[in-house]
Amino acid sequence: MRCRKCPKRAVLGLPRHNTAFCGDCLTEFVRTQVQRAIKTQQMFSPEDRILVAVSGGKDSLTLWEILLKLGYRVDALYVDLGIPGYSSRSKEKVVQFAKMVAEPCGSRLTIHTVEEDAGAGIKELANLIKRPTCSACGTIKRYQFNRVAWQNHYNVMATGHNLDDEAARLLGNVLQWQEEYLQKQSPSLPASVEGFAKKVKPLYRMTEREIAAYAVVNRIDYLVEECPMAKGAKMLVFKDALNRLEAESPGTKQRFYWGFLDRQEKSSSVAPSMSQIDQTTLQPCTVCSQPTTAGTCSFCRMMVRAKTAVK
Amino acid sequence: MKVHLSHPTRDVVIQGPKRVAEIFKELNLLPEAFLIIRGQDLITEDETVADGDSIEIRPVISGG
Ligand code: SF4
Ligand SMILES: [Zn+2]
Ligand SMILES: [Zn+2]
Repeated sequence: MRCRKCPKRAVLGLPRHNTAFCGDCLTEFVRTQVQRAIKTQQMFSPEDRILVAVSGGKDSLTLWEILLKLGYRVDALYVDLGIPGYSSRSKEKVVQFAKMVAEPCGSRLTIHTVEEDAGAGIKELANLIKRPTCSACGTIKRYQFNRVAWQNHYNVMATGHNLDDEAARLLGNVLQWQEEYLQKQSPSLPASVEGFAKKVKPLYRMTEREIAAYAVVNRIDYLVEECPMAKGAKMLVFKDALNRLEAESPGTKQRFYWGFLDRQEKSSSVAPSMSQIDQTTLQPCTVCSQPTTAGTCSFCRMMVRAKTAVK
Repeated sequence: MKVHLSHPTRDVVIQGPKRVAEIFKELNLLPEAFLIIRGQDLITEDETVADGDSIEIRPVISGG
């Protein structure tokens, strides 16, 4: 197969665009798509300070690399969850990438270690408070991401969510008619009350396969291994179902998610915006003063439960 | 040919030469969920893998 833009050998076919690219043209295509996402969703400008959450996987390291290549002011946060084996391997990839790629561009990595802060790794904490590991993990990651952004005056928080992630989540939410979640499923959520930066997903136009291909072509050394807790996750079932549809009819995933975004945009002039909703319902946490709907935020409540369980 | 797979990590041997698309069929895998890597390079589904080659079929779908 030949590249559709130049005479070189193609490295990836993109059925949804009815095209194929060589390594260089794929790199250009992906960066252009990300830049378009940033522009059309008004995510940020070159003056903004961006914090990207990195895990050592393909999406977040690729996002960090692309934002650097596009010339944005971006630093990264890695949360060390203390999962035996997996956490040290993922951390190694992140630290290596920071040293080889990011630091030479003047970009910094912050590492938050759950065990140092909470006295136990994520699995132990979840056991103590009798919650599923992934739900405790989500609370901690969200909280630390917000905290680091807030304390260091980042005004944009970026995550590596891609088209497959968003389409799978949309499918899950639609199957259950989770309308309040549907409202939050935008690739660009505005900053709300003081303490919450803007949240963006600049990879929402790219499929996982395109991102992984970009990472391989650009020698981004990411961790292929998955978090051991992710096994049997429902998201994988939705992603598999969508990929089966995609194989029959290329472009299904993008039509599903982008079509949803178009509809949402058309109706947003009537409905109150997310930031208006947040303004009316969020107040500072009584313990840590981060914005919350609950008086004491879910992170602080979790920590109190963990401490009482130890006693 | 030697085919390296992940989740769980394993190696299988397949009779070659064979086109990548046929390898996918034989292993009952969806092309949309994987990349094929020979050496350090990606190859497309229409390429033929020789019997003496080693390839990696790398999953791209993450659970998070
Ligand atoms: S799979 Fe679960 S435990 Fe692992 S990183 Fe994701 S949310 Fe955390
Ligand atoms: Zn080309
Ligand atoms: Zn709090």
